[in-house]
Order: sequence, then structure tokens, then C-alpha cells
Amino acid sequence: MSEVAIKNMTLNFGPQHPAAHGVLRLVLEMDGEVVERADPHIGLLHRGTEKLIEYKTYLQAIPYFDRLDYVAPMCQEHAFALATEKLLGLEVPERGQYIRVLFSEISRILNHILNLTTYALDVGAMTPLLWGFEERERLMEFYERVSGARLHAAYFRPGGVHQDLPAGLTDDIYEFCDTFPKFIDNLEVLLTDNRIFRQRTVDIGVMSAEEAQDWGMSGPVLRASGVAWDLRKAQPYDVYDRVDFDVPVGKTGDCYARYLVRVAEMRESLRIMRQCLDDMPEGPVITSDHKVTPPRRAEMKQSMEALIHHFKLYTEGYHVPAGETYTAVEAPKGEFAVYLVSDGSNRPYRCKIRAPSFAFMQAMDFLTKGHMLADVAAVIGSLDVVFGEVDR
Amino acid sequence: MAEFWFTYAWPTIWIVIKILFIVVPLLIAVAYLTYAERKVIGFMQLRMGPNVVGPFGLLQPFADGLKLMAKEAIIPTGSNRVVFLLAPMITFVLALVGWAVIPVADGWVLSNINVGILYLFAISSLGVYGIIMAGWASNSKYPFLGALRSAAQMISYEISIGFVIVTVLLAVGSLNLSDIVLAQQKIWFFIPLFPMFVIFFISGLAETNRAPFDLPEAEAELVSGYNVEYSAMAFALFFLGEYANMILISAMTVILFLGGWLAPFDIAPFTWVPGVIWFALKVSFVLFVFLWVRATLPRYRYDQLMRLGWKVFLPFSLLWVVVTAGAIVAFDWFPK
Repeated sequence: MSEVAIKNMTLNFGPQHPAAHGVLRLVLEMDGEVVERADPHIGLLHRGTEKLIEYKTYLQAIPYFDRLDYVAPMCQEHAFALATEKLLGLEVPERGQYIRVLFSEISRILNHILNLTTYALDVGAMTPLLWGFEERERLMEFYERVSGARLHAAYFRPGGVHQDLPAGLTDDIYEFCDTFPKFIDNLEVLLTDNRIFRQRTVDIGVMSAEEAQDWGMSGPVLRASGVAWDLRKAQPYDVYDRVDFDVPVGKTGDCYARYLVRVAEMRESLRIMRQCLDDMPEGPVITSDHKVTPPRRAEMKQSMEALIHHFKLYTEGYHVPAGETYTAVEAPKGEFAVYLVSDGSNRPYRCKIRAPSFAFMQAMDFLTKGHMLADVAAVIGSLDVVFGEVDR
Repeated sequence: MAEFWFTYAWPTIWIVIKILFIVVPLLIAVAYLTYAERKVIGFMQLRMGPNVVGPFGLLQPFADGLKLMAKEAIIPTGSNRVVFLLAPMITFVLALVGWAVIPVADGWVLSNINVGILYLFAISSLGVYGIIMAGWASNSKYPFLGALRSAAQMISYEISIGFVIVTVLLAVGSLNLSDIVLAQQKIWFFIPLFPMFVIFFISGLAETNRAPFDLPEAEAELVSGYNVEYSAMAFALFFLGEYANMILISAMTVILFLGGWLAPFDIAPFTWVPGVIWFALKVSFVLFVFLWVRATLPRYRYDQLMRLGWKVFLPFSLLWVVVTAGAIVAFDWFPK
């Protein structure tokens, strides 16, 4: 019998696949159930954010950042606010800094709940998702109470945050910090020691520390491979240098390690939140430089100057001195950065966005090679990609 | 004429009536199993489940059924029409015919054949044909992978189910399902044959493609597996077949290990309750565990499932057959 060349099966995984976490389209070359090659096709959610920002004032650019990684909106705003502040040379009042750190950590928990539970759903456990959304709902309410929006908050502004915390919110966040560990424990009971979950994730999608660094990984994915790199420690912004927290680091770099790192990070986030609430001083939450931040409404009724400031801010915006900055924050997914170039006008000349999950996509191929189709779902889940920021 | 009436016509009508008495409650049970699944899993997941259609959402299954009947049946252009339409029918019919030999109470059985357990085993093995035909006829990659997985899975687990049944047969000495139940009057078999009970239950999960072995329809990987291309009543038949199979496997579990229609204690207040009620209660309990497992566990990967079937269950059940047979011979426990 003559030899017959057998062609591999090509399977189109997505863009409308329930495990693709959005609009990822993976073209899989399969040998039976084994993946030979995974080719991610992206761009299906491209909205031209970077170009749009070039035509908006600095304040108007903020809401675009909510819509990048819509799972943890405030962390993106944080990067843009910090970048603008750096160009403007603005000082943020201490209370504003604490509130920003507090809400960055709330965003981190929001993100990790969503990621861990959908990840569990990808490997077949559906209950954590619904438990997790119950908790996310509580966090979304904090968002809503502080900014009026549950998702697209536009709360962090260059110079601080938009409004002070409403009365009673700190008590409720304290209460959340007390009750949330119970949820993490329940989640761990369902997953951490579950033999099936372990069989599905241990030694799947292993990434060595070198590979992780070579391919531009960051955040929990990098730390799961054993590299203790966290921008909150490495180059602290706002008050991260004043709070005490640990950076969880994994050993094996497989899907299970990435899961464990995120669970541990949620507990650390709670620690940071608690310290922020304890240490938060009284005072203004946004800089009183009214060339950049709007004056109080009551003031505008009396002061001509305040009215002029308000008018100028909401029509022309403020001019940012010429210069450029690369400002990065430790977003829940990894290093989220804004490369902002200003030509001295009221609009950014260029706003390049560095999204962590964009870099994760290039790992898809070598992480899934030789694994089975079911592992592709586990790897995507463990990488934590959100297409809002991959495609921008 | 009268002779024709009494020898042919009347018995036929009588059998049809009996069949209806089995099939109609069964279909209602299937409808309410879907409702129970959504409610039970809902409460386990801190939500309400269906509660809008009718009181407590009790009419939800019928609303779903009506919706599926009203939908357009789509047959993909590339599919093999005959096989494509035949597949759901086979699945559904096979899920129903198994009930012909299930004794729901003492003497309440359509056909009390002597090889009842073999018949059941054969029927549940044939179920794989419906799925593999559906996957092949759809002419699409995801259903095809689902069908392949399903075929491999059902065959693997059937073997261990076979050995479990052999152990029970050794203990009973009969293939008749009613005899199997009556043999458990002293003690239900799940106590002396506990490991086999566990293996049977887990294999039952695999046999009916339920979590954590729901690989053929794994949503995260195969979108929905072999039934991706199906819509309307063709899909409904798969769905009904799957749930009817769940009830069938639960009924088998109850008959083989949980004493069928027998009351748990052979004393006054328990024996007042009719056997069919006990039977229904036990089946409901087993089904509840099915749902409970689905809400709790992640899904196995295909190769892990195969390993569990062939490398753990098969040797273990084989060993246990030998142990049981050895014990029966050594202590002279032959069934009378």
C-alpha cells in the first residue's frame, strides 16, 4: 500500500465561540484532538481608540480607557491620569491618591473574579461563575455609588478623582473586606483541591520564566512563571509605596499556577483596600488647580473667574506642555501603559496604548502546541485576555 | 369475529394502553426533570431558576417545548438529509424502548422478560448510534468531533458497566429485573457491593454524557457538540432522549442497587407507601445527585476520561467480579 499524506484538520475556533472570551478567532491546525498550531486572528473589535483620542481633549479621552479592558475599567483610567499628570507636573492630593489605589484594587478584584470564574467555566465548572457574579455585583455597586456608572466610570481624572466618596461607602467597603474572604474560600473549595480541576490545569500551557520575559508577558502570567515583577513594587505610583502587601509568585508557570497567583492576589488586594481605608486622610480629592480641574458648582454662582475656568475647561480643555511620557500601571492583567506625546496643544499628539493581553496573544501558539482541544480553552482562560484592549 | 377480537385486537389495544401509561408519565417526568435541573442548579448557584411561567415557573418546560415545536427546522445543505433526520429519532426511540422492561412496582412491568438486564444493556449501547449518525450527517467539524468523542466514551464505559452488572447477576442468579429487586429484600445491594455501586453510578454519568463527562457536548470546547446543527423538534428529540436516558440509567441504578420498589425498612409505616412511590422517590434521589454533580465538578478532558475508564474502572470492576465470585463459591452463598 502506498503512503498517503494525511492533511491536518483545520478548525476555526471563534470568533463566536463561547470559550474565546470575546472575539478571538483561533485557526487551529489539529491532528485529531491534538493542536499542532494555533494562529490567533485579532482585530475584530478594533475601534480605533488611539486615533480617536488624538481628536479629543485630555478630559474627553478618559472614557475611552474604560472601554479598553471593560472588566477593570478604573485601572486603565489610572494610567492615563498618571501620564497626563506627569506631563502637567500636577500633584494629586493625598486623599485622592488613596481613593485611586482603593479603587484600583477593587478593579483588580473585579477582574480576577471574572477571570477565575470564566476560566473555571471553560474547564467545565459552572457554579463559580454565578457565585462570583454575586460578589462582582457588590463591587459594581461601589463603582456606581462613587461615579454613577457601574462599568464605564470615568472616575479617575488627571489631578485626582472626580468626587469624594459618598457617605457610608467606606463602611460598606470595610464590610466587603470582611465578607469577601469567605467567597474566596468557597471558590477554593470548588477548584483549588478539586482533582478534576487540577488534572485539567496542572502542566498545561507551561511557560518558563525566560519565555515569559522574552514574549513580553506581564502581570499574573509573568509572576506565575516565577518572576517577581510587579509595577506596584518596582516603580510605585500614588500611595502604593505606603501600603504593605506581598507579591504572590508562582513556580511552575502552568495554568494552575496562574490560577493560584490570581487567587492570592485577590487576598492581597483586600489587604491593600483595608489599609487604604484605615490610612485615608481627610481633605480634597482632586487638585485645586482650576486650570485643570473644574471649580465647584457653588463657586461658579459667585465667582466670575470660576465661571470662566469652567467654560474654558469644557470647551477648549487644558493645554498640556509639550513632552512625552511612558507611564505604566500594574493593571489586573499586567503592565498597562500609555505612551503619551503632547505638542503643547489641548489634545494629545499621540496616545499609544500598551495592553497586556495583546502580548498574551503571541503566547497562544507555543502554549497550546501539543495539547488537546480542551486545553486551548483552559489556556485562553488562564491567560486572561479581554478583546477590548487587545484590539483597542 | 369474536375470536379475532379476543385473541388479537384486544391484547394489542391493551398493550398500547400499557405503553401509553408508561410513555406519558415518562415524558412528563422528562419535562419536569429539565425544570428540576434548572431549579436545583439555580439554587445551588444562588439564583432562582425559572419562576415566571406559571406558579413557581412550573409551566416553563411546556413553554420551552412549544417554542421548540414552533421553530423552523433547519437542515444544513451539506448534510445527509435522511441520516440527519434519522439520528434524533433513533436517540429518542431508544431512550423510550428501554422502559419496556423496567418494573416500577411489583408486577408493574410491560414485559417481564427473563433477560431484562441484557435487553437494557443492549438498548443503552445502541444509543451511541444516534449520536454518531448525528455527528457524521451534520457534515460539520464540531459535531463530528463531538460524535467521535461520544462513541469512544460510551463504548469505554459500557464495558465497566457490563462487569458491574455481572457482579449483580452473580449475587442474584437471575437476569430478570423483578427477580433482581426481590433478591434485595434482606439487604440492598449497594451495601455489600458498594464499590460497584460507585462505579456504576459514575459510569452512568459517562453513559448519559452528563457532567463531569459531558465531553460530546462540552460547551467550552465544542460549542455544543453533536447537536450544533440541529434546531426545532430534531433538537428537542435529542434533548428529550438525553433526559429520558438519564431517568433510565437512574432507574437501572435503583433496580440494581437501591432495592427497586422495596421500602427501606420492612415495617409498618414504610410498607404502607405503595412501591411505585418508593421507586419514584429513589429515582428522583439519584437524579438529584446527577444534577448536584453537574453543579459541582469541572469537566474531564477527553484523554483523562479514557484513562479513567480503561485503566481504573475496567481493572477494578474485573477484579471485583472475581472477588465476588470467589466469595460466593468460598462461603457457599449461591443464590437459591
